[in-house]
Amino acid sequence: MARTIIDKIWDDHVVTEEKGTALLYIDRHLVHEVTSPQAFEGLRMAGRKVRRPELTFAVPDHNVPTTDRSRGISDPVSALQVDTLAQNAREFGVTHFSMNDQRQGIVHVIAPEQGITLPGQTIVCGDSHTATHGAFGSLAFGIGTSEVEHVLATQTLPQSRPRTMEVQIKGRPPQGITPKDFILAVIGQIGAAGGTGYVIEFTGEAVRALSMEGRMTLCNMAIEAGARAGLVAPDSTTFDYIKGRPYAPKGDLWEKAVAFWKTLPSDPQATYDRTVTVDISSLAPQVTWGTNPGQVAGIDGRVPDPESFSDPVVRDSAKKALAYMGLVPGTPIAEIPVTRIFIGSCTNGRIEDLRAAAKVVKGRKVARGVSAMVVPGSGLVRAQAEKEGLHTVFIEAGLEWREPGCSMCLGMNPDQLAPFERCASTSNRNFEGRQGKNGRTHLVSPEMAAAAAVTGHFTDHRTLSGS
Amino acid sequence: MDAFVTLDALVAPLDRANVDTDAIIPKQFLKTIRRTGLGVALFYDWRYKDAPSDGRTEGLKTDPSFILNDPRYAGAKILLARENFGCGSSREHAPWALLDYGFRAIIAPSFADIFYNNCFKNGILPVSLLPDQVERLFSEVARTPGTRLLIDLSSQTVVLPSKETFAFTIDPVRKSHLLEGLDEIGLAEKKAELIDAYEKKRRERAPWLTPAV
Ligand code: SF4
Repeated sequence: MARTIIDKIWDDHVVTEEKGTALLYIDRHLVHEVTSPQAFEGLRMAGRKVRRPELTFAVPDHNVPTTDRSRGISDPVSALQVDTLAQNAREFGVTHFSMNDQRQGIVHVIAPEQGITLPGQTIVCGDSHTATHGAFGSLAFGIGTSEVEHVLATQTLPQSRPRTMEVQIKGRPPQGITPKDFILAVIGQIGAAGGTGYVIEFTGEAVRALSMEGRMTLCNMAIEAGARAGLVAPDSTTFDYIKGRPYAPKGDLWEKAVAFWKTLPSDPQATYDRTVTVDISSLAPQVTWGTNPGQVAGIDGRVPDPESFSDPVVRDSAKKALAYMGLVPGTPIAEIPVTRIFIGSCTNGRIEDLRAAAKVVKGRKVARGVSAMVVPGSGLVRAQAEKEGLHTVFIEAGLEWREPGCSMCLGMNPDQLAPFERCASTSNRNFEGRQGKNGRTHLVSPEMAAAAAVTGHFTDHRTLSGS
Repeated sequence: MDAFVTLDALVAPLDRANVDTDAIIPKQFLKTIRRTGLGVALFYDWRYKDAPSDGRTEGLKTDPSFILNDPRYAGAKILLARENFGCGSSREHAPWALLDYGFRAIIAPSFADIFYNNCFKNGILPVSLLPDQVERLFSEVARTPGTRLLIDLSSQTVVLPSKETFAFTIDPVRKSHLLEGLDEIGLAEKKAELIDAYEKKRRERAPWLTPAV
């Protein structure tokens, strides 16, 4: 029978199945400091070990400071959490990339970078943006702390089979339209819960044409549509990216692996439980105006009038969102001023994102009254950017150049919005309070964040000469 | 984990869609390395006036306009909400905070996947009902504050004071685990032989999956 890539990976990992619940084998388990302490503590209390420490990788990312790290972490509670991860990794024999290791960074940036993420795998992490790894054609999803403990102890997870959804990205993107715009448009179309219960496969020529960085941006936000995971079938772009990375297979094993990975793409006759088509051929750069990522408009659009929505629940959400965001219906998106800029996160903190942002700000200055920061996704991204001189471009334009981590994507470290500050952010969540209490977050691409930095309001980056 | 069989309790209505886990428990409380003690911080930004961002909870004024601060809903064990409850971050701190506050069941038209899973691991029952049934419950509670509901997991029903009954569906495996308060890790460990066999097959079939370094 014809199968989708989702079915193939699923079938490959079923250890046993009972009443519709499978015990699924997990190939890679990524661990960070926030969602793991209670899981390790649970193991300790039950006298359990980590079943397969060599398949488990730990890194601190949420709490780490993005300023000078030589004196450690000043917040004692954050420091304890980061130290606890290091201790647990040592005690249980798990690979750990410490805060001062150059390979440290956001877990979803470093696992692909190190070749830990491979096609056809099941990958879990106590973090909803685990979906990012789906860019490699793997089934990657976020789990809770009890599930982290379950995977540590047994390398398996009880799961019910997900439904499958194909999201066909149709058409050729206009110049300057990025994968961030694709995914915001997808969420805008299907809604923040439109993917609930599904694993999404992204298909279409425009997806095939994306780099691995772009595919990661796309899959990263599948969770913002409510989907359990999002993935893109592997192809030569995928293999080229993986080849030669530290944890990737080598020599004979590499050949074997590639041969297997080529069997993963969905069979031509395979059917999905649901198919959605999103046409991007006339898409404008996207900017969210509300407090969930589905509340989004083009840069050429306006803040909507809540009364224009017929569904009462949608109308009420829009009303609450506009009140929180301090926006008036009918305001052109391009006239909304911003004072903070955040370029980074597991959505847009990779080298391509920094290149794109640098191109826009090059030779310009951050607008008066705006403060902007660039936070690379990992130490290696930071090093690469410095090799290319991107940091000089940012610094000369007046943006801050920081150490890697999650930073103001959620502000667990000191990087936060002040109340009522308005921010153009390349991250993935515009929830109330996400970047700081009463902070107002607008999600955009790196190009759009950079354009807002130099103009002080949302601006179509394509209208800035030279960018 | 405590078993869940029946619950006869007061309902608190939270009339919002897309309540995300950042709202249920904000970031500053995720630094804990324990599971308990998060109840005071549940819905922190909505619940307290001028809630500081350092996560302090002592000496704060509560915001009377927030529903859980209404004394009529003190002691509620059932939370009633709108669609896509628990979306966003995977933080299990969200169900930990709900449980620590006293909630044992949440009724909504739909839940986000990870949150839904996390509830079961902590003995909380997420009940999804049809949108118009949820609407009925909201109007019932508005008309008669102090409304109690009976949730019976074995018969998969929610019973209103009028004895009107709404049925709900639930995965049979999850149901039995919740009814018995079972330790899932212990259950999977009983299948160790099957896991060993799978790993052996995996080593032969896909040797590259064991990392090279
Ligand atoms: S960058 Fe943001 S979304 Fe990504 S893992 Fe860190 S906190 Fe989560």
